[in-house]
Amino acid sequence: MGVVAATTLASGVEFVEALTIVLAMGTTRGWRSTWAGVGAALVALALITALAGYALQSWLPEALLQLVVGTLLLIFGLQWLRKAILRAAGLKALHDEEDAFASEVRAAREAGDERRLGLDWFAFVVSFKGVFLEGLEIVFIVITFGLNADSIALATLGAAIGGAIVLAAGFALHKPLARVPENTIKFAVGLLLSTFGTFWAVEGLGWFAPDDASLSWPGGDLALPVLLGLWCALAVATVRLLSPRAHEVG
Amino acid sequence: MRFLSGFARFWWDFIVGDDWRIAAGVVVVLAGGALLVVGTAAPDGLVATLTALGILLVAIGSIAAAAMKAGRP
Repeated sequence: MGVVAATTLASGVEFVEALTIVLAMGTTRGWRSTWAGVGAALVALALITALAGYALQSWLPEALLQLVVGTLLLIFGLQWLRKAILRAAGLKALHDEEDAFASEVRAAREAGDERRLGLDWFAFVVSFKGVFLEGLEIVFIVITFGLNADSIALATLGAAIGGAIVLAAGFALHKPLARVPENTIKFAVGLLLSTFGTFWAVEGLGWFAPDDASLSWPGGDLALPVLLGLWCALAVATVRLLSPRAHEVG
Repeated sequence: MRFLSGFARFWWDFIVGDDWRIAAGVVVVLAGGALLVVGTAAPDGLVATLTALGILLVAIGSIAAAAMKAGRP
């Protein structure tokens, strides 16, 4: 059940960010166009995930699939990890949902009143983009945790639980969920995405070998905890090196 | 046309993000790993270790560049 808890937590962070955008649009510009944007994003997400998942699984050999998914996870994970390290070292502002909410509300009030297809176009587009982007990140999380635990179904269940908890809490409180420790959770997810991304991308290099078989890591799956340890060590060392105290002249 | 360029822009922003060096570095390191697989008889363990070290260097380079930009070498 660890995979359900991990996916609930990791995807919950993304749901919190999407909720902030949706709440800002709904309360400022009206709910009809906001819900239309949310609905359109969910349909687009479902279509893209189903099509991409089917195409990848049906047409790509295993090693090439590992290379493609691993490379995407790695690029994505390194972006998260870099931001998390910079935030922990005080070089980048911590993500704050109340600030994000205030900034979305300001943008919504200043935006024009363009109407298309009978909808408030600003509310529709902002809700669509917010939910679609955060939703794609949840898809990445579900793939990573699901493949690792050999159960995409359990990972999907975890993401659904995360979504249900965040939505219930958000709409009960009717304000952004600022107390969720987003920066810490994102740090952990960045470490995991980088670890699995490295593992699969390297295994996938076997696609270039004459026999088309995945490369083997020294120690097989035991390389995973070693890689995680290396990424953790790199993160801790860079945060210590870059944090202000390291630069105080003694 | 506008839709296509917007679509391409969206995926570029999503995958490459705000530091193109990470994506470029990862692709270059994996291409190096692929060359080792194709052009040498290096054992899997050596290719995996060298590629992983290359990826760690990409991460360090990207963090160092961001820190220097923020004024903290």
